[in-house]
Order: sequence, then C-alpha cells, then structure tokens
Amino acid sequence: MPQEFKRQYREILEQYTQRQTEHNLYEGQNFSRQLIQKNISPEEVISIHKASLEELMPELPNNVWHSFDLLIEVMIRYGLALKEHQTLIKKQENFRMEMELASNVQQTLLKTKVPEMNSLDIGMISVPAKEMNGDYTHFLNDDTTVGIAVADVIGKGIPAALCMSMIKYGMDSLNGAETEPIVVLDVINRIVEKSVSDSMFISMFYGTYDTSTSVFTYASAGHEPPLFYCAKSNSFSELQAKGLLLGVIPNVKYEQHSISLGKDDFVVMMTDGVTECRSKEGFIDQKTVMDIIESVRDQSAQDMVEYVFHKLEELQEFEQRDDFTLVIFKKK
Amino acid sequence: MNISVELQTIAELHIKGLIGGEIDAFTAPILREKLAEVTLQDNIHVELNLQDVSYMDSTGLGVFVGFYKSVIAANGHMELTGLSSRLKRLFDITGLVEIMDIQARDEEVKIDETV
Repeated sequence: MPQEFKRQYREILEQYTQRQTEHNLYEGQNFSRQLIQKNISPEEVISIHKASLEELMPELPNNVWHSFDLLIEVMIRYGLALKEHQTLIKKQENFRMEMELASNVQQTLLKTKVPEMNSLDIGMISVPAKEMNGDYTHFLNDDTTVGIAVADVIGKGIPAALCMSMIKYGMDSLNGAETEPIVVLDVINRIVEKSVSDSMFISMFYGTYDTSTSVFTYASAGHEPPLFYCAKSNSFSELQAKGLLLGVIPNVKYEQHSISLGKDDFVVMMTDGVTECRSKEGFIDQKTVMDIIESVRDQSAQDMVEYVFHKLEELQEFEQRDDFTLVIFKKK
Repeated sequence: MNISVELQTIAELHIKGLIGGEIDAFTAPILREKLAEVTLQDNIHVELNLQDVSYMDSTGLGVFVGFYKSVIAANGHMELTGLSSRLKRLFDITGLVEIMDIQARDEEVKIDETV
C-alpha cells in the first residue's frame, strides 16, 4: 500500500512543483483524505515526501536531506497523538453501544403494562429527554383496584436508571394493588434511604383507584401534585399531599388523602418535565397546561396524554429539556 | 446557560454564599464542586442566598439536598435565603421546606424589582 501512495504522491508533487495551480493544490488536499483514512502517520507522510524528492530532485544539497530527518523526528509525537485519538474514538463508540444496550435493558426491565379496567380509562406517555429515562411509572392491579406510581429520579443517566430498579423491586415486594399509598411510600423510602448516594433522590406519587367505590386514594413523596378535573364544575384543582422526597431521611410521615371520582372526572399525574416546560417567552404556566388538557377532555385518556405532549413539545419548539411523563385516570 | 457562585467567610464558622444564574443539569456540577470547597467544621453556619437564581430544576435541588446532608452530618446549619416564589414552590412540593431552613424573598424586594 505505501508503495502505491508513494507513486501517487510523487506525481502530485511533480505536477505542483512544475505548475503551482489551484487544481494541483487541490489534488494534495484529496490525497491527505486518503492518508487519514488509511491511518498513515504524519512522519510517514514526510518520509514519502523525502523519498519523492530524492527521485525528482536528486541534486538537492545534503543539508536539505538532513533537515527532513529532523522534521520526521519532530513529527513522531504527532503520530502518537493521532493514534491515541483514534483509540479514543473507538472507545467512545463502544461506550455509546453499551449505553444503547443498557437503555434497552432498562426498557425491558422496567416495562409496565397499562391495565385495562372496566370503569376506568387510563392513558400514559413517558418520553425521555436523553437515552435513559429518569421518570418511572409502574402499575399494580387486580380485578377491582389499580395502583399507580409516578416517580422522578433526581440525578440522571445510569445511576438514576439503577435507582429505578430499586423502586420496581420495592413495589414488587408489596401485597399487590390494595396496599395503602402511605405504606408503599414508607417501604420504598426505607429501601432508597439505605442505598442511595447523598445527592440522588426520588420524588414519587402513589395512588390507588378502587373501581368498586370510585375512590382515588393517594400520597406523595415530594412529587409534583396531580391535577384533578371535576366535570360537574368544569374546574381543576391540585391534589396536595405533604411528604418529603424519598431517600433523604429514614422516618417520614406521609399524608394520605382520598377523593371520589364522578363520571368524566379525571386525575392527571405528571413529572416536572411537564410543569417545568419553558418556551422562548419564559415558563409555560400551569394555567396553560390546564387549558390544553381541558380542550381535549372529551377524548380518550390515551389521546389526551398524547395531545398534551405534542402541544407542549410545540410550545417548547421541540427542545425537550427534561424527561416527560403524563398519566391520566379518567372515570368512564 | 451560566451560573455564578461566590463564597465568603464572614466570620469564624460563618460562611455566606451568593448564587446566581441557572441551576440545571449543565451547571449543577459547578455548584456542587464549589460547595464541596467549604470546609465543614463542627457548628458551621452556611447561608446561601439564591435571590439571583432565575431557574432551577430537580438536579439543582439534588445539589442542595446533598450539601444539606453533609452540613447536618457536621453538626452544622444550612440556610437558604432570597428564594423567588417559583423556587420556593420547588422546596414546598418536595417537602424539603419542612426539614431545611428556607427563607423566601421579602415582599419589599419584590416591589423593588418591579420598579
């Protein structure tokens, strides 16, 4: 291969030394692309140059030839730096592939199925801002009751993903959907508090809906309050429940509240990716979010969450800064 | 996307900090590093003024919680002052207002701003 390069280079050099045209110079540029592709180091290029000159102008004085030997020596470091750079690119590519793999594993591991309930219409959307989703949604259900956890792991990327697995296994260890929300939060808080580093925390909302009584019972660990829409009065209110983030201190008192849902009433659960949306003009306020939701209140819960996501995406000019999760429970 | 953090020792065991700009996933590491420079001695009092913080997301919150935990572990006290109503809401929702010493911005300051 170098033999072939030598021949090509000699030709280009010969042409250029005879006629210094743009075209001949351009040939040189093209040639350098080939060299880079074939991993030819800078010092090898100078060797090729020297060898070509020896053939083209053998009459050059000795000190010129010596100067090339010095230049070759000087360029060796550059050659090493180039090799290092190429190794890094390769490593980076490996990391990227591993991240992709990890992200797939996460998706499989944490997959949750939206349950089908007789008198409750459920819609869910969760879109990560980066490869790994820091938001987590998990459903627990039996014939009459459905439990929903919406959590946001503060801290992003791989550590956050590992943290989510803890929530999942914590929830799987419970006695199914009928476990009281404050018990769920207490159990998970203890797990997380013991095992999480100091600057990683989880906000989590947990609610259960009993289809036999139409009562939604909920508790929150420092999570964005859900919105409750009352069809009768055509108004929104926040479902407030005091409680500290998970993982800060071991013994936390959570508040538990319940609310009765009438026909077409719905509860909107979300993460701060929804409430912290920003457009060019500033924050998109809660009123705007409510108006968007209200405008599609007659559609199915799934159509509603999708519409709200696309609408907010549009307002933010398609620049999603945070993971976005929205779940709607709507009484049929 | 910028942040400014100025820490000053105003007396023995009393540190004042002025934080400004945006605290998000990009700038939070800078804040965390700066706060890590504080030598946490017994009974230290750290007062952080957030009046010039225009935006903070949950990553920023994580930095303060982490710092709070290390201050408490050193038997110290951390105080956050000058919070805008938006920032205050973040600490309210997360329940942190119940365990941390948090002072929202004075009404007077608010009026000053609009002038």
